[in-house]
Amino acid sequence: MANRTPLFDAHVKAGAKMVDFHGWDMPLNYGSQIEEHNAVRKDSGVFDVSHMTIVDVAGAQAKDFLRKMLANDVAKLSVPGKAQYNSMLNEKGGVIDDLIVYYFSDESYRLVVNSATRERDVAWIEKVASAFDVTITEQTELAMVALQGPKAAEKLRLVLGDEAFAPVDGMRPFMSVQVGDLFIATTGYTGEAGYEIVLPASEVEKLWDDLLNVGVQPCGLGARDTLRLEAGMNLYGQDMDENITPLEANMGWSVAFEPEDRNFIGREALEKQKAEGHDKLVGLVMREKGVLRHGQKVVVDGGEGVITSGTFSPTLGFSIAMARVPNSVGETAEVEMRKKFVTVSVVKPSFVRNGKGLV
Amino acid sequence: MSSIPKELKYASTHEWVRNEGDGVFTVGISEHAQDLLGDMVFVELPEVGDNVAAGDDVAVAESVKAASDIYAPIGGEIIAINEDLEDAPETVNSDPYGDGWLFKMKADDPSEVESLLDAEGYQAVIDED
Repeated sequence: MANRTPLFDAHVKAGAKMVDFHGWDMPLNYGSQIEEHNAVRKDSGVFDVSHMTIVDVAGAQAKDFLRKMLANDVAKLSVPGKAQYNSMLNEKGGVIDDLIVYYFSDESYRLVVNSATRERDVAWIEKVASAFDVTITEQTELAMVALQGPKAAEKLRLVLGDEAFAPVDGMRPFMSVQVGDLFIATTGYTGEAGYEIVLPASEVEKLWDDLLNVGVQPCGLGARDTLRLEAGMNLYGQDMDENITPLEANMGWSVAFEPEDRNFIGREALEKQKAEGHDKLVGLVMREKGVLRHGQKVVVDGGEGVITSGTFSPTLGFSIAMARVPNSVGETAEVEMRKKFVTVSVVKPSFVRNGKGLV
Repeated sequence: MSSIPKELKYASTHEWVRNEGDGVFTVGISEHAQDLLGDMVFVELPEVGDNVAAGDDVAVAESVKAASDIYAPIGGEIIAINEDLEDAPETVNSDPYGDGWLFKMKADDPSEVESLLDAEGYQAVIDED
């Protein structure tokens, strides 16, 4: 039987259409994916992300261990609660997974990694950790929800009350704080303000119900995908995987080559690729009728590429995509759609931020 | 359980057909089909005046999830298309048997409709999927 999150019954009660997502029974939508998408852009929505894997790292060598395993440098983190986008790579520079690191102290960190790759991730983390004085703890009794949208703060204040909300009030993006049993972070996967909240599994249904009662829209995987794609955020397994390096996936900004003596796993391969040149991930925009889809062939000046993620953008009203293409790209590309080639615009892979179109 | 009106005929490819009299038939997609596809974002319809044979792909329903061909359930001439879908494709989701109709045909041979599925037969097709 598929895994169920502690919110399974709440999803069914809310009328969710449940689907299998990498071994988890998850809500695809609660009626209309587009309405859910729009709620997050204009008001607020909540997602069950309890299927994601939370791994705590503690010990005298926690910092050294993460500086070895991760492509971004956790030494940049010095403020307790600070979050950082990061990835772990194999020796060939391929992305084993992308993740968020939360910093508590040089001896204590939290990693949130993808669910689809859970077993492989945990095995890799434990393998690399074996050479360091650290303890790895997978937190299986914790649940997680993402409350996202311009009204997320207002809604969370209503649910928590002024006193409990105070430590969260005005918190900058990519920070976190522990408030009683709730670990609250200003992170997300939608391009909107909002929170990711980690809490004991036994308490999550109450928080979920409270949020719905103050008018927050429950949102499924369908809206999560269109929101993250508009925001230009990668989906693991689709926009990158273990055969793709961060440089080929628009994640170069999250790789810290400085300081030069930090020998993180995959560094050598990335440096070689940097010197030799590589494919890149670009954004595509098609204003005519039709929808760009994953797997469609793309032709640019430098040769052939492929669409890694494509969708109709509910916010913009036309189709957008991310495509991996040879480095030499002009302002347009040709996409093969339903047996004919269509000319589309090439843009930076970021389409919507804080409710506003960027293209 | 999705609704399958008894008075309509169905193709196994999920189109429905309503007899409007005088050899005219309205065509749409079933509630089950719109549910499978999810939120509709574009509907590409045939041209009025097109002559089509049963089984020809004549329209495309494009949802957030996928693009799906729509086939002519019978042969004949396209005599009207639902132009409101241009601005409101979601009508196919909200009212698949009513305002979400796709096109109207003048049948070459109205008796061709008899070979389509009735509600019970279409239910059996869905159950097999």
